[in-house]
Amino acid sequence: MQDLLYFFQQLINGLTIGSTYALIAIGYTMVYGIIGMINFAHGEIYMIGAYTALIAITGLATLGIAWLPLVLLVALICAVIVSSSMGWAVERVAYRPVRGRHRLIPLISAIGMSIFLQNYVHLAQGSRNIGFPALIEGSFRMGPENTFQLSISYMQITIFIITLVCMTALSLFISRSRTGRACRAVSQDLGMASLLGIDTNRIISATFVIGAALAAVAGLLLGMYYGSVDPLFGFIAGLKAFTAAVLGGIGSIPGAMLGGLILGVAESMTSGYLSGEYKDVVAFSLLILILLFKPTGLLGKPEVEKI
Amino acid sequence: MLEVKNLSMRFGGLLAVDQVSVDVQEHEIVSIIGPNGAGKTTVFNCISGFYKPTGGQILFEGKEIQGKPDYRISRMGMVRTFQHVRLFGNMTVVENLLVAQHRHVNTNLLAGLLKTPDYRAREKRSLDRARYWLNRVGLLDMANREAGNLAYGQQRRLEIARCMVTEPKLLMLDEPAAGLNPAETRELDQLIVSLKEDYHVSVLLIEHDMSLVMGISDRINVISQGRPLASGKPEEIRQNDDVIKAYLGEA
Repeated sequence: MQDLLYFFQQLINGLTIGSTYALIAIGYTMVYGIIGMINFAHGEIYMIGAYTALIAITGLATLGIAWLPLVLLVALICAVIVSSSMGWAVERVAYRPVRGRHRLIPLISAIGMSIFLQNYVHLAQGSRNIGFPALIEGSFRMGPENTFQLSISYMQITIFIITLVCMTALSLFISRSRTGRACRAVSQDLGMASLLGIDTNRIISATFVIGAALAAVAGLLLGMYYGSVDPLFGFIAGLKAFTAAVLGGIGSIPGAMLGGLILGVAESMTSGYLSGEYKDVVAFSLLILILLFKPTGLLGKPEVEKI
Repeated sequence: MLEVKNLSMRFGGLLAVDQVSVDVQEHEIVSIIGPNGAGKTTVFNCISGFYKPTGGQILFEGKEIQGKPDYRISRMGMVRTFQHVRLFGNMTVVENLLVAQHRHVNTNLLAGLLKTPDYRAREKRSLDRARYWLNRVGLLDMANREAGNLAYGQQRRLEIARCMVTEPKLLMLDEPAAGLNPAETRELDQLIVSLKEDYHVSVLLIEHDMSLVMGISDRINVISQGRPLASGKPEEIRQNDDVIKAYLGEA
Protein backbone atom coordinates (compact mmCIF):
# COMPACT_ATOMS: atom_id res chain seq x y z
CA MET A 1 0.00 0.00 0.00
CA GLN A 2 2.75 2.38 1.01
CA ASP A 3 4.72 1.58 -2.12
CA LEU A 4 1.72 2.04 -4.32
CA LEU A 5 0.92 5.44 -2.80
CA TYR A 6 4.53 6.48 -3.25
CA PHE A 7 4.39 5.39 -6.89
CA PHE A 8 1.22 7.37 -7.51
CA GLN A 9 2.75 10.41 -5.85
CA GLN A 10 5.64 10.27 -8.30
CA LEU A 11 3.27 9.71 -11.19
CA ILE A 12 1.18 12.75 -10.27
CA ASN A 13 4.25 14.93 -9.79
CA GLY A 14 5.54 13.73 -13.14
CA LEU A 15 2.31 14.41 -14.96
CA THR A 16 2.15 17.90 -13.47
CA ILE A 17 5.59 18.86 -14.69
CA GLY A 18 5.08 16.88 -17.88
CA SER A 19 1.91 18.70 -18.85
CA THR A 20 3.69 22.04 -18.63
CA TYR A 21 6.61 20.67 -20.67
CA ALA A 22 3.99 19.65 -23.20
CA LEU A 23 2.58 23.19 -23.36
CA ILE A 24 6.02 24.58 -24.12
CA ALA A 25 6.86 21.72 -26.49
CA ILE A 26 3.85 22.54 -28.65
CA GLY A 27 5.50 25.84 -29.57
CA TYR A 28 8.66 24.09 -30.74
CA THR A 29 6.79 21.47 -32.67
CA MET A 30 4.37 23.84 -34.43
CA VAL A 31 7.14 26.13 -35.60
CA TYR A 32 9.20 23.17 -36.75
CA GLY A 33 6.18 21.69 -38.50
CA ILE A 34 5.64 24.84 -40.49
CA ILE A 35 9.04 26.27 -41.32
CA GLY A 36 11.39 23.45 -40.35
CA MET A 37 13.44 25.41 -37.87
CA ILE A 38 14.01 25.09 -34.13
CA ASN A 39 13.02 28.30 -32.40
CA PHE A 40 15.69 28.33 -29.70
CA ALA A 41 14.34 31.59 -28.31
CA HIS A 42 11.13 29.80 -27.29
CA GLY A 43 12.42 29.06 -23.77
CA GLU A 44 13.02 32.80 -23.29
CA ILE A 45 9.50 33.59 -24.46
CA TYR A 46 8.30 31.25 -21.73
CA MET A 47 10.57 32.93 -19.16
CA ILE A 48 9.26 36.37 -20.17
CA GLY A 49 5.74 35.03 -19.73
CA ALA A 50 6.60 34.03 -16.16
CA TYR A 51 8.13 37.45 -15.41
CA THR A 52 5.16 39.28 -16.88
CA ALA A 53 2.77 37.23 -14.77
CA LEU A 54 4.83 37.99 -11.69
CA ILE A 55 4.84 41.71 -12.46
CA ALA A 56 1.08 41.64 -12.97
CA ILE A 57 0.52 39.78 -9.70
CA THR A 58 2.76 42.19 -7.80
CA GLY A 59 1.02 45.14 -9.41
CA LEU A 60 -2.40 43.88 -8.39
CA ALA A 61 -1.15 43.19 -4.87
CA THR A 62 0.03 46.80 -4.47
CA LEU A 63 -3.39 47.91 -5.66
CA GLY A 64 -4.82 45.74 -2.93
CA ILE A 65 -6.62 43.35 -5.22
CA ALA A 66 -6.39 39.84 -3.84
CA TRP A 67 -9.39 37.98 -5.21
CA LEU A 68 -7.68 34.88 -6.56
CA PRO A 69 -9.63 34.17 -9.79
CA LEU A 70 -9.24 37.81 -10.85
CA VAL A 71 -5.51 37.86 -10.03
CA LEU A 72 -4.93 34.64 -11.97
CA LEU A 73 -6.96 35.81 -14.93
CA VAL A 74 -5.21 39.18 -15.16
CA ALA A 75 -1.78 37.57 -14.76
CA LEU A 76 -2.63 35.03 -17.44
CA ILE A 77 -3.90 37.63 -19.89
CA CYS A 78 -0.91 39.93 -19.35
CA ALA A 79 1.55 37.04 -19.76
CA VAL A 80 -0.17 35.80 -22.91
CA ILE A 81 -0.31 39.25 -24.50
CA VAL A 82 3.31 40.14 -23.76
CA SER A 83 4.71 36.73 -24.75
CA SER A 84 2.62 36.54 -27.93
CA SER A 85 3.80 39.97 -29.05
CA MET A 86 7.34 38.87 -28.24
CA GLY A 87 6.89 35.69 -30.27
CA TRP A 88 5.49 37.66 -33.16
CA ALA A 89 8.29 40.24 -33.00
CA VAL A 90 11.03 37.61 -32.75
CA GLU A 91 9.78 35.98 -35.94
CA ARG A 92 9.60 39.29 -37.79
CA VAL A 93 12.97 40.55 -36.62
CA ALA A 94 15.11 37.44 -36.44
CA TYR A 95 13.60 34.71 -38.63
CA ARG A 96 11.63 36.14 -41.50
CA PRO A 97 14.58 38.01 -43.05
CA VAL A 98 16.65 34.81 -43.11
CA ARG A 99 13.89 32.39 -44.03
CA GLY A 100 14.69 30.16 -46.98
CA ARG A 101 18.43 30.46 -46.48
CA HIS A 102 20.67 27.62 -45.39
CA ARG A 103 19.28 25.86 -42.31
CA LEU A 104 22.13 26.96 -40.08
CA ILE A 105 21.44 30.65 -40.57
CA PRO A 106 18.03 30.81 -38.85
CA LEU A 107 19.42 28.52 -36.18
CA ILE A 108 22.24 30.94 -35.36
CA SER A 109 19.74 33.78 -35.48
CA ALA A 110 17.53 31.92 -32.98
CA ILE A 111 20.42 31.35 -30.59
CA GLY A 112 21.33 35.03 -30.88
CA MET A 113 17.76 36.02 -30.10
CA SER A 114 17.75 33.70 -27.10
CA ILE A 115 20.94 35.23 -25.68
CA PHE A 116 19.61 38.72 -26.33
CA LEU A 117 16.32 38.14 -24.54
CA GLN A 118 18.00 36.42 -21.60
CA ASN A 119 20.40 39.28 -21.11
CA TYR A 120 17.70 41.85 -21.58
CA VAL A 121 15.81 40.34 -18.67
CA HIS A 122 19.06 40.18 -16.69
CA LEU A 123 19.43 43.92 -17.15
CA ALA A 124 15.82 44.85 -16.66
CA GLN A 125 14.97 42.57 -13.73
CA GLY A 126 18.34 41.72 -12.20
CA SER A 127 19.97 38.33 -12.13
CA ARG A 128 18.79 37.26 -8.67
CA ASN A 129 15.88 34.92 -8.54
CA ILE A 130 12.68 36.60 -7.49
CA GLY A 131 10.12 34.88 -5.30
CA PHE A 132 6.79 34.08 -6.86
CA PRO A 133 3.95 34.36 -4.35
CA ALA A 134 2.22 31.07 -3.65
CA LEU A 135 -1.30 32.04 -4.63
CA ILE A 136 -2.78 28.60 -4.46
CA GLU A 137 -2.02 26.74 -1.27
CA GLY A 138 -3.23 23.59 0.38
CA SER A 139 -3.61 20.03 -0.82
CA PHE A 140 -5.61 16.86 -0.76
CA ARG A 141 -4.14 14.15 1.38
CA MET A 142 -4.82 10.47 1.13
CA GLY A 143 -3.58 7.54 3.17
CA PRO A 144 -3.20 6.63 6.86
CA GLU A 145 -1.88 9.14 9.38
CA ASN A 146 1.78 9.13 10.46
CA THR A 147 2.94 7.24 7.39
CA PHE A 148 3.47 8.23 3.76
CA GLN A 149 0.48 10.13 2.51
CA LEU A 150 -0.39 10.78 -1.09
CA SER A 151 -0.72 14.51 -1.49
CA ILE A 152 -2.08 16.36 -4.47
CA SER A 153 -1.76 20.09 -4.08
CA TYR A 154 -4.43 22.46 -5.36
CA MET A 155 -1.68 24.01 -7.45
CA GLN A 156 -1.17 20.68 -9.23
CA ILE A 157 -4.86 20.42 -9.88
CA THR A 158 -4.87 23.96 -11.27
CA ILE A 159 -2.00 23.02 -13.57
CA PHE A 160 -3.87 19.95 -14.81
CA ILE A 161 -7.05 21.85 -15.50
CA ILE A 162 -5.43 24.79 -17.25
CA THR A 163 -3.13 22.67 -19.43
CA LEU A 164 -6.03 20.38 -20.32
CA VAL A 165 -8.16 23.36 -21.35
CA CYS A 166 -5.31 24.82 -23.41
CA MET A 167 -4.59 21.56 -25.20
CA THR A 168 -8.23 20.87 -25.96
CA ALA A 169 -8.67 24.40 -27.26
CA LEU A 170 -5.58 24.03 -29.44
CA SER A 171 -6.69 20.66 -30.80
CA LEU A 172 -10.11 22.06 -31.68
CA PHE A 173 -8.56 25.13 -33.23
CA ILE A 174 -6.23 23.08 -35.41
CA SER A 175 -8.79 20.52 -36.48
CA ARG A 176 -11.90 22.67 -36.84
CA SER A 177 -11.13 26.29 -37.51
CA ARG A 178 -10.40 27.87 -40.82
CA THR A 179 -7.04 29.22 -39.69
CA GLY A 180 -6.18 25.84 -38.19
CA ARG A 181 -6.92 24.20 -41.50
CA ALA A 182 -4.68 26.69 -43.23
CA CYS A 183 -1.96 25.97 -40.63
CA ARG A 184 -2.10 22.28 -41.47
CA ALA A 185 -1.98 23.00 -45.18
CA VAL A 186 1.01 25.32 -44.79
CA SER A 187 2.85 22.78 -42.66
CA GLN A 188 2.35 20.10 -45.29
CA ASP A 189 3.26 22.11 -48.36
CA LEU A 190 4.07 25.74 -47.91
CA GLY A 191 4.60 26.39 -51.62
CA MET A 192 1.29 24.87 -52.64
CA ALA A 193 -0.61 26.66 -49.87
CA SER A 194 0.86 29.91 -51.08
CA LEU A 195 -0.14 29.13 -54.66
CA LEU A 196 -3.70 28.53 -53.55
CA GLY A 197 -3.77 32.08 -52.26
CA ILE A 198 -3.09 31.52 -48.56
CA ASP A 199 -0.98 34.30 -47.10
CA THR A 200 1.67 32.02 -45.62
CA ASN A 201 3.42 34.85 -43.78
CA ARG A 202 0.28 35.44 -41.75
CA ILE A 203 -0.04 31.75 -40.95
CA ILE A 204 3.60 31.58 -39.85
CA SER A 205 3.09 34.61 -37.61
CA ALA A 206 -0.02 32.97 -36.17
CA THR A 207 2.00 29.86 -35.36
CA PHE A 208 4.56 31.86 -33.43
CA VAL A 209 1.84 33.75 -31.58
CA ILE A 210 -0.01 30.56 -30.58
CA GLY A 211 3.19 28.83 -29.47
CA ALA A 212 4.21 31.86 -27.43
CA ALA A 213 0.78 32.14 -25.81
CA LEU A 214 0.93 28.52 -24.64
CA ALA A 215 4.47 29.06 -23.36
CA ALA A 216 3.25 32.09 -21.39
CA VAL A 217 0.57 29.97 -19.73
CA ALA A 218 3.23 27.42 -18.83
CA GLY A 219 5.41 30.27 -17.53
CA LEU A 220 2.74 31.46 -15.11
CA LEU A 221 1.97 27.91 -13.93
CA LEU A 222 5.56 26.81 -13.40
CA GLY A 223 6.50 30.13 -11.84
CA MET A 224 3.83 29.55 -9.19
CA TYR A 225 4.72 25.86 -8.88
CA TYR A 226 8.44 26.42 -8.32
CA GLY A 227 7.90 29.63 -6.37
CA SER A 228 10.60 31.70 -8.05
CA VAL A 229 11.85 32.94 -11.39
CA ASP A 230 15.25 34.05 -12.67
CA PRO A 231 16.53 34.99 -16.14
CA LEU A 232 17.82 31.45 -16.71
CA PHE A 233 14.37 30.08 -15.89
CA GLY A 234 13.64 29.48 -19.56
CA PHE A 235 16.88 27.81 -20.48
CA ILE A 236 16.50 24.41 -18.87
CA ALA A 237 12.72 24.29 -19.32
CA GLY A 238 13.19 25.16 -22.98
CA LEU A 239 15.71 22.38 -23.37
CA LYS A 240 13.41 19.91 -21.66
CA ALA A 241 10.45 20.94 -23.78
CA PHE A 242 12.58 20.62 -26.88
CA THR A 243 13.52 17.12 -25.76
CA ALA A 244 9.83 16.37 -25.25
CA ALA A 245 9.03 17.61 -28.75
CA VAL A 246 11.73 15.40 -30.29
CA LEU A 247 10.68 12.47 -28.13
CA GLY A 248 7.11 12.68 -29.37
CA GLY A 249 8.11 13.35 -32.95
CA ILE A 250 8.94 16.92 -33.87
CA GLY A 251 6.26 18.47 -36.04
CA SER A 252 3.48 16.47 -34.41
CA ILE A 253 1.25 18.25 -31.88
CA PRO A 254 -0.09 15.06 -30.20
CA GLY A 255 3.54 13.92 -30.18
CA ALA A 256 4.58 17.01 -28.23
CA MET A 257 1.84 16.39 -25.68
CA LEU A 258 2.78 12.74 -25.27
CA GLY A 259 6.50 13.50 -25.21
CA GLY A 260 6.01 16.11 -22.49
CA LEU A 261 4.07 13.73 -20.27
CA ILE A 262 6.55 10.85 -20.75
CA LEU A 263 9.48 13.11 -20.01
CA GLY A 264 7.85 14.53 -16.89
CA VAL A 265 7.00 11.09 -15.53
CA ALA A 266 10.45 9.73 -16.34
CA GLU A 267 12.01 12.63 -14.44
CA SER A 268 9.88 12.33 -11.36
CA MET A 269 10.30 8.55 -11.23
CA THR A 270 14.05 9.06 -11.35
CA SER A 271 13.90 11.61 -8.55
CA GLY A 272 11.60 9.41 -6.55
CA TYR A 273 13.41 6.10 -6.85
CA LEU A 274 16.99 7.02 -7.68
CA SER A 275 18.01 10.52 -6.84
CA GLY A 276 17.01 14.00 -7.91
CA GLU A 277 20.46 14.58 -9.31
CA TYR A 278 19.89 11.95 -11.97
CA LYS A 279 16.69 13.35 -13.40
CA ASP A 280 18.37 15.49 -16.09
CA VAL A 281 20.66 12.58 -16.92
CA VAL A 282 17.62 10.39 -17.54
CA ALA A 283 15.82 13.09 -19.52
CA PHE A 284 18.67 13.62 -21.92
CA SER A 285 19.52 9.92 -22.11
CA LEU A 286 15.96 9.43 -23.32
CA LEU A 287 16.63 12.04 -26.00
CA ILE A 288 19.78 10.24 -27.13
CA LEU A 289 18.07 6.85 -27.17
CA ILE A 290 15.16 8.15 -29.19
CA LEU A 291 17.49 9.80 -31.67
CA LEU A 292 19.45 6.56 -32.03
CA PHE A 293 16.57 4.15 -32.39
CA LYS A 294 13.61 6.16 -33.64
CA PRO A 295 14.85 9.47 -35.00
CA THR A 296 11.35 10.49 -36.10
CA GLY A 297 10.08 10.27 -32.51
CA LEU A 298 7.17 8.31 -31.11
CA LEU A 299 4.39 9.81 -33.22
CA GLY A 300 6.44 11.39 -35.99
CA LYS A 301 6.02 10.08 -39.48
CA PRO A 302 9.11 8.99 -41.36
CA GLU A 303 9.95 11.46 -44.06
CA VAL A 304 9.63 9.83 -47.41
CA GLU A 305 11.76 11.31 -50.11
CA LYS A 306 9.49 12.06 -53.03
CA ILE A 307 10.77 11.43 -56.49
CA MET B 1 -5.93 37.30 -71.23
CA LEU B 2 -2.43 35.95 -70.69
CA GLU B 3 0.37 37.34 -72.75
CA VAL B 4 3.97 36.19 -72.39
CA LYS B 5 6.37 38.27 -74.44
CA ASN B 6 9.98 37.26 -75.12
CA LEU B 7 10.35 35.49 -71.81
CA SER B 8 13.90 34.55 -70.83
CA MET B 9 15.12 32.73 -67.79
CA ARG B 10 18.79 32.30 -67.04
CA PHE B 11 20.15 30.07 -64.29
CA GLY B 12 23.80 31.06 -63.93
CA GLY B 13 25.35 30.20 -67.26
CA LEU B 14 22.37 28.22 -68.51
CA LEU B 15 19.76 29.95 -70.59
CA ALA B 16 16.81 27.65 -69.83
CA VAL B 17 14.22 29.75 -71.64
CA ASP B 18 15.13 32.07 -74.47
CA GLN B 19 12.70 34.57 -75.98
CA VAL B 20 9.60 32.44 -75.63
CA SER B 21 6.24 34.04 -76.34
CA VAL B 22 2.90 32.46 -75.51
CA ASP B 23 -0.54 33.92 -75.40
CA VAL B 24 -3.86 32.59 -74.21
CA GLN B 25 -7.15 34.20 -75.18
CA GLU B 26 -10.40 33.92 -73.30
CA HIS B 27 -12.14 30.61 -73.76
CA GLU B 28 -9.19 28.82 -75.26
CA ILE B 29 -7.04 25.77 -74.58
CA VAL B 30 -3.41 26.39 -75.43
CA SER B 31 -0.71 23.75 -75.11
CA ILE B 32 3.02 23.98 -74.73
CA ILE B 33 4.83 20.92 -76.00
CA GLY B 34 8.45 20.07 -76.56
CA PRO B 35 11.02 17.38 -75.87
CA ASN B 36 12.15 16.69 -72.31
CA GLY B 37 14.23 19.51 -70.91
CA ALA B 38 12.87 22.01 -73.41
CA GLY B 39 12.00 24.47 -70.65
CA LYS B 40 8.23 24.02 -70.55
CA THR B 41 7.97 23.81 -66.80
CA THR B 42 10.37 26.73 -66.42
CA VAL B 43 7.94 28.82 -68.46
CA PHE B 44 5.16 27.71 -66.12
CA ASN B 45 7.22 28.54 -63.07
CA CYS B 46 7.88 32.03 -64.40
CA ILE B 47 4.22 32.65 -65.13
CA SER B 48 2.98 31.39 -61.78
CA GLY B 49 5.54 33.41 -59.83
CA PHE B 50 7.84 30.63 -58.68
CA TYR B 51 10.72 32.15 -60.60
CA LYS B 52 11.46 35.76 -61.33
CA PRO B 53 12.17 35.81 -65.05
CA THR B 54 15.45 37.39 -66.14
CA GLY B 55 13.92 38.91 -69.23
CA GLY B 56 10.67 39.58 -71.02
CA GLN B 57 7.21 40.51 -69.93
CA ILE B 58 4.19 38.61 -68.61
CA LEU B 59 0.81 40.29 -68.73
CA PHE B 60 -2.33 38.89 -67.17
CA GLU B 61 -5.45 40.81 -68.17
CA GLY B 62 -3.22 43.68 -69.18
CA LYS B 63 -1.33 43.87 -65.87
CA GLU B 64 2.35 43.05 -65.54
CA ILE B 65 2.85 40.14 -63.20
CA GLN B 66 6.45 39.04 -63.68
CA GLY B 67 8.29 38.83 -60.37
CA LYS B 68 5.14 39.21 -58.24
CA PRO B 69 4.77 36.77 -55.32
CA ASP B 70 2.90 33.60 -56.23
CA TYR B 71 -0.03 34.12 -53.88
CA ARG B 72 -0.73 37.54 -55.43
CA ILE B 73 -0.73 36.01 -58.89
CA SER B 74 -3.02 33.19 -57.87
CA ARG B 75 -5.40 35.71 -56.29
CA MET B 76 -5.70 37.39 -59.67
CA GLY B 77 -7.32 34.23 -60.95
CA MET B 78 -4.53 32.03 -62.22
CA VAL B 79 -3.92 28.68 -60.63
CA ARG B 80 -1.69 25.77 -61.54
CA THR B 81 -0.90 22.13 -60.90
CA PHE B 82 2.45 20.38 -60.87
CA GLN B 83 3.92 17.38 -62.68
CA HIS B 84 3.70 15.37 -59.51
CA VAL B 85 0.57 15.44 -57.37
CA ARG B 86 0.78 18.02 -54.62
CA LEU B 87 -2.29 17.47 -52.52
CA PHE B 88 -2.33 17.99 -48.77
CA GLY B 89 -2.07 14.24 -48.23
CA ASN B 90 -2.81 14.19 -44.49
CA MET B 91 -5.97 16.23 -44.87
CA THR B 92 -9.28 14.88 -46.02
CA VAL B 93 -10.51 15.29 -49.57
CA VAL B 94 -13.07 17.91 -48.63
CA GLU B 95 -10.58 19.80 -46.46
CA ASN B 96 -8.31 20.07 -49.47
CA LEU B 97 -11.08 21.91 -51.27
CA LEU B 98 -11.99 24.07 -48.26
CA VAL B 99 -8.46 25.22 -47.63
CA ALA B 100 -8.17 26.27 -51.26
CA GLN B 101 -11.02 28.70 -50.64
CA HIS B 102 -9.27 30.17 -47.61
CA ARG B 103 -8.99 33.61 -49.14
CA HIS B 104 -12.62 33.59 -50.30
CA VAL B 105 -13.80 33.38 -46.71
CA ASN B 106 -11.83 36.48 -45.98
CA THR B 107 -12.87 37.17 -42.43
CA ASN B 108 -10.89 37.94 -39.34
CA LEU B 109 -10.14 35.62 -36.48
CA LEU B 110 -12.73 37.26 -34.26
CA ALA B 111 -15.56 36.55 -36.69
CA GLY B 112 -14.36 32.95 -36.77
CA LEU B 113 -14.35 32.67 -33.00
CA LEU B 114 -17.74 34.25 -32.61
CA LYS B 115 -19.17 32.37 -35.60
CA THR B 116 -21.01 35.43 -36.88
CA PRO B 117 -23.90 34.77 -39.30
CA ASP B 118 -21.86 36.25 -42.12
CA TYR B 119 -19.00 33.88 -41.34
CA ARG B 120 -21.33 30.89 -41.23
CA ALA B 121 -22.87 31.81 -44.54
CA ARG B 122 -19.48 32.03 -46.18
CA GLU B 123 -18.38 28.73 -44.67
CA LYS B 124 -21.52 27.16 -46.01
CA ARG B 125 -20.89 28.58 -49.47
CA SER B 126 -17.39 27.12 -49.55
CA LEU B 127 -18.72 23.77 -48.41
CA ASP B 128 -21.38 23.84 -51.12
CA ARG B 129 -18.82 24.68 -53.75
CA ALA B 130 -16.56 21.88 -52.50
CA ARG B 131 -19.45 19.44 -52.64
CA TYR B 132 -20.34 20.57 -56.16
CA TRP B 133 -16.85 20.00 -57.47
CA LEU B 134 -16.41 16.68 -55.70
CA ASN B 135 -19.54 15.53 -57.41
CA ARG B 136 -18.34 16.93 -60.71
CA VAL B 137 -15.08 14.94 -60.61
CA GLY B 138 -16.76 11.85 -59.15
CA LEU B 139 -15.18 11.95 -55.68
CA LEU B 140 -18.19 12.77 -53.52
CA ASP B 141 -18.09 9.34 -51.84
CA MET B 142 -14.48 9.94 -50.90
CA ALA B 143 -15.06 13.33 -49.23
CA ASN B 144 -13.90 12.27 -45.79
CA ARG B 145 -11.02 10.03 -46.82
CA GLU B 146 -7.46 11.22 -46.42
CA ALA B 147 -6.38 12.65 -49.75
CA GLY B 148 -3.12 10.70 -49.61
CA ASN B 149 -5.01 7.40 -49.66
CA LEU B 150 -6.81 8.01 -52.94
CA ALA B 151 -5.83 6.19 -56.10
CA TYR B 152 -3.51 8.12 -58.36
CA GLY B 153 -6.11 8.97 -60.97
CA GLN B 154 -8.46 10.22 -58.26
CA GLN B 155 -5.72 12.39 -56.80
CA ARG B 156 -5.21 13.96 -60.21
CA ARG B 157 -8.92 14.75 -60.47
CA LEU B 158 -8.99 16.11 -56.95
CA GLU B 159 -6.15 18.46 -57.86
CA ILE B 160 -8.18 19.87 -60.71
CA ALA B 161 -11.23 20.21 -58.44
CA ARG B 162 -9.05 22.04 -55.94
CA CYS B 163 -7.98 24.47 -58.64
CA MET B 164 -11.58 24.97 -59.75
CA VAL B 165 -12.99 25.86 -56.32
CA THR B 166 -10.75 28.93 -56.39
CA GLU B 167 -12.80 30.04 -59.42
CA PRO B 168 -9.85 30.75 -61.67
CA LYS B 169 -9.90 32.51 -65.00
CA LEU B 170 -6.87 30.62 -66.21
CA LEU B 171 -6.00 27.08 -65.26
CA MET B 172 -2.42 25.94 -65.82
CA LEU B 173 -1.93 22.19 -65.93
CA ASP B 174 1.56 20.70 -65.95
CA GLU B 175 1.38 17.21 -67.46
CA PRO B 176 -2.02 16.33 -66.00
CA ALA B 177 -2.10 12.98 -67.82
CA ALA B 178 1.27 11.78 -66.53
CA GLY B 179 0.85 8.35 -64.98
CA LEU B 180 -2.77 7.91 -66.03
CA ASN B 181 -4.00 4.92 -68.00
CA PRO B 182 -5.71 5.46 -71.40
CA ALA B 183 -9.22 5.32 -69.93
CA GLU B 184 -8.35 7.87 -67.25
CA THR B 185 -6.68 10.05 -69.86
CA ARG B 186 -9.89 10.09 -71.90
CA GLU B 187 -11.89 11.10 -68.82
CA LEU B 188 -9.40 13.87 -68.15
CA ASP B 189 -9.67 14.96 -71.74
CA GLN B 190 -13.43 15.37 -71.40
CA LEU B 191 -13.06 17.13 -68.06
CA ILE B 192 -10.66 19.71 -69.47
CA VAL B 193 -12.90 20.42 -72.47
CA SER B 194 -15.88 20.78 -70.15
CA LEU B 195 -13.99 23.24 -67.96
CA LYS B 196 -13.59 25.40 -71.02
CA GLU B 197 -17.07 24.89 -72.42
CA ASP B 198 -19.16 24.90 -69.24
CA TYR B 199 -17.13 27.04 -66.85
CA HIS B 200 -15.45 29.43 -69.28
CA VAL B 201 -11.99 28.80 -67.98
CA SER B 202 -8.99 29.19 -70.25
CA VAL B 203 -6.44 26.43 -70.00
CA LEU B 204 -2.70 26.47 -70.51
CA LEU B 205 -1.45 22.92 -70.77
CA ILE B 206 1.90 21.17 -70.77
CA GLU B 207 1.53 17.60 -71.91
CA HIS B 208 3.45 14.76 -73.49
CA ASP B 209 0.44 12.71 -74.43
CA MET B 210 0.07 13.71 -78.07
CA SER B 211 -3.42 12.33 -78.55
CA LEU B 212 -4.63 14.48 -75.64
CA VAL B 213 -2.82 17.58 -76.86
CA MET B 214 -3.88 17.24 -80.48
CA GLY B 215 -7.44 16.40 -79.52
CA ILE B 216 -8.30 19.31 -77.25
CA SER B 217 -5.91 22.20 -77.97
CA ASP B 218 -7.06 25.24 -79.84
CA ARG B 219 -3.46 26.26 -80.40
CA ILE B 220 -0.09 24.68 -79.69
CA ASN B 221 3.30 26.22 -78.94
CA VAL B 222 6.33 24.06 -79.49
CA ILE B 223 9.58 24.88 -77.73
CA SER B 224 12.85 23.05 -78.00
CA GLN B 225 15.98 23.67 -75.96
CA GLY B 226 14.42 26.77 -74.48
CA ARG B 227 13.67 28.39 -77.83
CA PRO B 228 10.36 28.76 -79.61
CA LEU B 229 10.16 26.32 -82.49
CA ALA B 230 6.67 26.65 -83.87
CA SER B 231 3.16 27.67 -82.96
CA GLY B 232 -0.19 27.21 -84.56
CA LYS B 233 -3.26 25.03 -84.77
CA PRO B 234 -2.86 21.31 -84.08
CA GLU B 235 -2.96 20.33 -87.75
CA GLU B 236 -0.29 22.87 -88.63
CA ILE B 237 1.95 21.58 -85.85
CA ARG B 238 1.43 18.00 -86.92
CA GLN B 239 2.82 18.78 -90.36
CA ASN B 240 5.61 21.13 -89.30
CA ASP B 241 8.99 19.77 -90.40
CA ASP B 242 10.93 21.46 -87.59
CA VAL B 243 8.66 19.91 -85.00
CA ILE B 244 8.97 16.46 -86.51
CA LYS B 245 12.75 16.83 -86.56
CA ALA B 246 12.91 17.99 -82.94
CA TYR B 247 10.80 15.08 -81.80
CA LEU B 248 12.29 12.33 -83.90
CA GLY B 249 15.84 13.65 -84.17
CA GLU B 250 17.55 14.38 -87.44
CA ALA B 251 18.51 11.43 -89.59
